[in-house]
Amino acid sequence: MANYLVQRLIQTILILFGIAAITFLLLYLVPADPAVQIAGRSATAQTVANIRRELGLDQPLATQFLRYLGGLIHGDLGRSYAQKTEVMTLIAARIPATITLMVAGIAAELAIGVTLGVIAAVRRNTLLDRIVMIASFTTISAPQFLVALLLLYVFAATLGWFPMSGFGSPAHVVLPALTLGILGAGWYARIVRSTMIDVLNQDYVRTAKAKGVAPLRVVLRHALPNALLPVVAMIGIDIGQFMAGLVVVEAVFGWPGIGQLAWQAIQQVDIPIIMGVTLVSALAIVIGNLLADLIAPFIDPRIRLR
Amino acid sequence: MRVFRELLRRPLALFGVVIILLVLLLALSAPWLAPYAPDEQLFEGLSLEGAPLPPNAQFWLGTDTLGRDLLSRVMYGARTSLLIGLVANGMAVTLGLLVGMTAGYARGVVGAILMRFTDLMMAFPALLLAIVLAALLRPSLWIVALVIALVNWVQVARIAFTETSALAERDFILAERSLGAGHARIVGLHIAPHLVSTAIVWGTLGIATTVLLEATLSFLGIGVQPPEPSWGNIIFESQSYFTAAPWLVFFPGIAILLTALSFNLVGDALRDILDPTQRGRG
Amino acid sequence: MKNWLRSTVFATMVALTPLAASAQQPQKGGTMTVTFKDDVSTLDPAVGYDWQNWSMIKSLFSRLVDYKPGTAELVPSLAESFEVAPDGLTYTFKLRPNAKFTNGRTITAADVKYSIERAVDPKTQGPGAGFFGAIKGHEDMQAGKASELPGVVAVDDRTVRFELSRPDATFLHVMAINFASVVPKEEVEKAAGDFGKKPVGSGTFKLADWTIGQRLVFERNPDYFDKGLPYLDKFVIEVGQEPLVALLRLQRGEVDVAGDGIPPAKFLELKNDPAYKDQIIQGDQLNTGYVTLNTRIKPLDDVRVRQALNMAVNKERIVRIINNRAVPANQILPPLMPGYDKEYKGYAYDVAKAKALLAEAGLKDGFSTVLYATNTDPQPRIAQAIQQDLSAIGVKAEIKSLAQANVIAAGGTEGEAPMIWSGGMAWIADFPDPSNFYGPILGCAGATQGGWNWAWYCNKDIDARATAADAMSDPAKAGERAKVWGQIFTDIMKNDAPWIPVFNEQRVVVRSKRMGGDASIYIDPTRVLNYDALWIKQ
Repeated sequence: MANYLVQRLIQTILILFGIAAITFLLLYLVPADPAVQIAGRSATAQTVANIRRELGLDQPLATQFLRYLGGLIHGDLGRSYAQKTEVMTLIAARIPATITLMVAGIAAELAIGVTLGVIAAVRRNTLLDRIVMIASFTTISAPQFLVALLLLYVFAATLGWFPMSGFGSPAHVVLPALTLGILGAGWYARIVRSTMIDVLNQDYVRTAKAKGVAPLRVVLRHALPNALLPVVAMIGIDIGQFMAGLVVVEAVFGWPGIGQLAWQAIQQVDIPIIMGVTLVSALAIVIGNLLADLIAPFIDPRIRLR
Repeated sequence: MRVFRELLRRPLALFGVVIILLVLLLALSAPWLAPYAPDEQLFEGLSLEGAPLPPNAQFWLGTDTLGRDLLSRVMYGARTSLLIGLVANGMAVTLGLLVGMTAGYARGVVGAILMRFTDLMMAFPALLLAIVLAALLRPSLWIVALVIALVNWVQVARIAFTETSALAERDFILAERSLGAGHARIVGLHIAPHLVSTAIVWGTLGIATTVLLEATLSFLGIGVQPPEPSWGNIIFESQSYFTAAPWLVFFPGIAILLTALSFNLVGDALRDILDPTQRGRG
Repeated sequence: MKNWLRSTVFATMVALTPLAASAQQPQKGGTMTVTFKDDVSTLDPAVGYDWQNWSMIKSLFSRLVDYKPGTAELVPSLAESFEVAPDGLTYTFKLRPNAKFTNGRTITAADVKYSIERAVDPKTQGPGAGFFGAIKGHEDMQAGKASELPGVVAVDDRTVRFELSRPDATFLHVMAINFASVVPKEEVEKAAGDFGKKPVGSGTFKLADWTIGQRLVFERNPDYFDKGLPYLDKFVIEVGQEPLVALLRLQRGEVDVAGDGIPPAKFLELKNDPAYKDQIIQGDQLNTGYVTLNTRIKPLDDVRVRQALNMAVNKERIVRIINNRAVPANQILPPLMPGYDKEYKGYAYDVAKAKALLAEAGLKDGFSTVLYATNTDPQPRIAQAIQQDLSAIGVKAEIKSLAQANVIAAGGTEGEAPMIWSGGMAWIADFPDPSNFYGPILGCAGATQGGWNWAWYCNKDIDARATAADAMSDPAKAGERAKVWGQIFTDIMKNDAPWIPVFNEQRVVVRSKRMGGDASIYIDPTRVLNYDALWIKQ
């Protein structure tokens, strides 16, 4: 086990460096000059040249990359071009908001998804089951921004139950979390349904049933815990999905997380921030996948950790 | 043919097929059926104060913020969405199959490098990558398709890799090899045919993902260039109006949802029919 | 011989006088809440250069001279008086004796010298270094050959002298620009490169708290040298707030000023609602939205083609698309700018004449070209409106709607962008002087790689006239100088037409019921929002 973890750690570091290298290369192919952007409209050619030199943008690509990697090894993500602050500070200031949203979103996914999945499994092949399954298909086919806009329109603009956007009170998190919840619940519902059906068909459940244990009790005490393992594994994968889709939810709801930071940085070609957010998101994805992989052997004993 | 007949026997898949055919028909017939040109800014399409018009007898779905007919734009938008869906997803599936098959068959150093690269891409925050690329690479329809393909090939590659490595160890392949058959012949004749069902399933499911991704990029203003309509950029241009003119978000939104749903339904049914062992999230 | 000169603009002003009490008398106290969508990037006065942080920096720091709130009129600020030599090459400022930084230290002439040099120092990476180009030694310092400006001399604690290498009529405006803000050296050093997040100045307010991505809290500076200012005890900037949301919150009384204005969808609703009549303020600002016509790309290199394009754009319709929140423009300068030519009518909308001109240029069947625009609403929509107008005279313009940085890069690359719609990056003047609309965006110096003269317009004759106009540094001749400038801009449009001036965008602000003060301080020509002069009705 320890051996496996060390192996995964090395792999993770390699992956992060690979991602850093690819992102870095891609960003330097971009046809926009950060120095011109920062210098603004009244700058002289000399000022632009000075800014370019101070940022090290006049150096060859390889030198710039090695310098970036050198910083990265020391945990230094560099300084923002436009904001003139450590990228680490900027990201650290926004991480709590992103994590809040992620936790609330996953909680909403679980609440909706597991409930629907259990209902569908228990009432399988009934009309209710069909409706739940069609609904779960529909939500996984909906674009995030559309669900977000519809929720905003109904619950914030028309009914006024929740604030339209922003951060601060628990009420603010409801709509963005619900957006994530609705979108992700479909996956959970399907997984819970199929594992529950398997579990319900197993002998010990049948025995319990035969012994006259109340059906609800059978489902909740015996079947559900067994059906939850794959759900936990899916949370790991979900973290990745969440990190990748961050920009959209945070943009629509004005959520002050790292997705918003990235979106503003993209507009300004603030390369250090784009790099930083990409790496932090990649790290979260890798950790999420690791979580999923660690749980896999418990779900299916045939899978062994390499 | 058997597959198709079985497909039509499932009500949900049938629903999907009908919707897909309908969208396809709308897209192809747009030049003849659309009441207006999609980029024609009509004087009577805006109120005197410059507000878009709600659905009415002249403009069935209303007008947008430039006074263009929304129905025509949604119809032409179907062309954009389907075109990107087919092209981008086609590229992604092809690339994924090539990488996966090569890695699975060659194994050794080549296979290891390819699969480590695939792992790396799995850890990439995909949408973030797509947004960065689309925003900074001077977007056009083809760039958007390329970006989507670059992001979406990974899953196909993994599945193709798993299937190919399993096949490559099977006796008949080993036998062919020992008989001195060329690699191209083995891959082409014996491995590729086994991956056809994978390609069909992913070719269908992937279109749903692609349509959603295109809509998302366009929604952020970094997708298809105006005035060419796409369902995503219609919503992007109307976003600030959505409380006052919800139809501008509602109609293209429904179009995106129905199209993605249909491809998902059909794809899922195909997976059931072609390969009952592969289920779940994919 | 030197003489203490009281210029016409300074004549009446000794200190900032409270606003004309036309409506009500300003009241002191209270906390105001302002919202913005984007986070504040930096509050370092040598670095900050966007319309949002511009007014916050103005209130955090003070400068030798400043503008009377709500006007473009220069008044002494940190300096209590000043003197200009007759040749216009020496400016001597006398500092107030009671001006202190918020860390308690008295401001001296050495602080002024340090601050200007810091703004010019390449290491600061400041975008405003070029404004100080007239000061002796500027070139050497920018080239990294010198570490100080010999042209800025701290004569004694309270006297600072500027020596110029050429007369510069805009020099007093330059002393009022944010980049000339006075900063305490010890605090800059203490912040270790993070002064933009930990600013210390001597303005009307000080920064009390900054939660990145959420809010900034500004508190009254009790030691501000003008005891009458500011009126507010405190103001809070909340960021990450969508304009639509901000507006709904304002209607509920949670927000006092929606910093990003009113979103288009709500604008009509509010404007037509009599209840909001007193809460909506709409006014002109120093802004022109324009399309650059690249004079070095065929067929736009033919002036007849550029004139034809000018006639082809239906500006009235474009103004309608943005809900009449702008006025059609016929020339480069906005109406508020000194030098605006009331006589000049520009190119009227005339499709037939435009077609005729194109035919004369040998382009009877039109031509294909590319129009760049930024990708934030409503800019792509305006570009599409322009595109449709051009197609009426046979000009097929492909739209490239890109991230702002990409548009700027394309504009600054020779031969790349035939046409650029300036919206979203539109020229809002740094200071209210017509020369600011020329140098970087129409002068030969701006027509370089990475420059902002996206029309790549370079007329040596006009350049010479511009230089001459800027040498007219005697403040008494300000009126005459404005006329000279006005003629320059009119001639540029008449003879060369390197732009299509489209509209002068107005600023629309909505405030809560309790906010007082004259409309002009909500659309301050030099500050956007003038935090110093805003006040709350008790």
